[in-house]
Amino acid sequence: MKTTFLDFEQPIAELENKIEELRFVQDDSVLDISDEIERLQKKSLELTKSLYAKLTPAQVSQVARHPQRPYTLDYLNSIFTDFQELHGDRAFADDHAIVGGMARFNGQAVMVIGQQKGRGTKDNIHRNFGMPRPEGYRKALRLMKLAEKFGMPVITFIDTPGAYPGIGAEERGQSEAIGRNLYEMAKLRVPVICTVIGEGGSGGALAIAVGDSVNMLQYATYSVISPEGCASILWKTAERAPDAAEALGITAHRLKSLGLIDRVVSEPVGGAHRDHAAMMAALKRVLQEELKALTARSLDELLKTRFDRLMSYGRYKEDAA
Amino acid sequence: MSWLNKLLPPKIKRESRSDKTSSVPEGLWSKCPACEAVLYYTDLESNLQVCPKCNHHNALDARARLNILLDEEGRREIGAEVKPIDILKFKDSKKYPDRLAASRAATGEDDALVVMQGSMLTVPVVVAAFEFRFIGGSMGSVVGERFVRGVQAAVEARTPFVCVAASGGARMQEGLNSLMQMAKTSAALDLLTQAKLPFISILTDPTMGGVSASFAFLGDVVIAEPNALIGFAGPRVIEQTVRETLPEGFQRAEFLLEKGAVDMIVDRRELKQRVADLATLLLREPALV
Repeated sequence: MKTTFLDFEQPIAELENKIEELRFVQDDSVLDISDEIERLQKKSLELTKSLYAKLTPAQVSQVARHPQRPYTLDYLNSIFTDFQELHGDRAFADDHAIVGGMARFNGQAVMVIGQQKGRGTKDNIHRNFGMPRPEGYRKALRLMKLAEKFGMPVITFIDTPGAYPGIGAEERGQSEAIGRNLYEMAKLRVPVICTVIGEGGSGGALAIAVGDSVNMLQYATYSVISPEGCASILWKTAERAPDAAEALGITAHRLKSLGLIDRVVSEPVGGAHRDHAAMMAALKRVLQEELKALTARSLDELLKTRFDRLMSYGRYKEDAA
Repeated sequence: MSWLNKLLPPKIKRESRSDKTSSVPEGLWSKCPACEAVLYYTDLESNLQVCPKCNHHNALDARARLNILLDEEGRREIGAEVKPIDILKFKDSKKYPDRLAASRAATGEDDALVVMQGSMLTVPVVVAAFEFRFIGGSMGSVVGERFVRGVQAAVEARTPFVCVAASGGARMQEGLNSLMQMAKTSAALDLLTQAKLPFISILTDPTMGGVSASFAFLGDVVIAEPNALIGFAGPRVIEQTVRETLPEGFQRAEFLLEKGAVDMIVDRRELKQRVADLATLLLREPALV
């Protein structure tokens, strides 16, 4: 598949085009230009490295939304085996913006749940662009309770612009569905590992992101409101989204330094979309490590640590009243 | 007219002139935003800010809310020592500390939640009330922490916990810290569950976003005030997304009752009695006399 280049990647795109042209020329040329191609390829890699070393938060948010970025089902199909997808919330519908089911991770039975974006317009409409409705969150909760019943660790993948702002979603209790998940996940009696793989959009993301460890991929974002939404409220224009992205502190490293997430998972040079296999391998190692550490702990200790951590969120000062 | 006045742009001149001409003392009369009846302010106040003509429930600030819900004796504020800081050095058109200062000046509060221990018709309770005029009643670190301290105080004293929400949602200026308050406040409710103590959630106009989508709908009983706007996404955002006009009464308390989202709609003037009755029922205590 040809890489889709983001606007700030234009210099890389130009180089890659040139390499492509040279390759084409080489096919019917007597001269050997493979050295030149190799030199340019090296240069392109260096350029990618240096561009990605200093991405602005707004650029990171573009990478997090890259159309070729690996999605939940990509991880599910490559890191896990024997995936048995389970459907529906038993009350209203099956929400295609959240997928989930049992699978094996290195042979161990686990429950995997994640938001799923679509590739291409048709698939995206099917997946509602990864924006869940209440039935999606209720399906997720049903699967978590199932996991709890059978002692399976829960692994979640977060990748959503946010919960869907629609008429039906409100009528069916979007707020209640999200709030219920927060409450239940905080006391779920199995280990819960959450990883933000792309966009962590607000309450819609958090609704499957309360757990014992919260990871973020290097170029994922996690935010209380989308930079566009924030800009249109505080700056009165969505065009100031880059400023909002900067101010909100939505990148993995910033959030790690604020103590709001546990771990940053490094991505391949130029982002996960450039090398799916390498990304899968890297995340698999992290999940392996965390699952081992979490299952080694007693359930009581696990739940207490999870609860204490939730209570510790937020920064304030304390004055004599 | 002095030379300075001549230099002033016309807009400023107009404003200063209108200041001079207003001869009616401020706050004496009030116009109902719903039925446009002109009301004597003290009448409105003694009627708990409910329009005597059309029953429209006007906004109530946090302390006034606590005043009408709690008995006069034995009140104790909880969490007042918890105060906001500017974690992210957040700046939009205004710096966050400036917004905090402006809200403090306008409301006399340090943040958007006031928590008070006391009693309701002699039933001991802890009540948390949102101050909507403080950055839209938005939930940041201080709101979350005060909420949790209120829950803890209720558990310690073995009393019900009551929260009166009025909020636009999570506070943007504290970034992800605010989002995490949703998880923090929701998780804290389990302390009440463990202790078999009631959580009564009262939703007032407006209860939206991150507050709506966390503890607000987790009440053992969920009450709404008449006509309150309650929902996850704002009506304008929904309208822009679905590109159709919203149904009449959409996201209003009556609409939520119809959809099964809330247990009851209670008139503000009956709220204290109803909450106290519910609390005694849930605690399986004798009825109030």
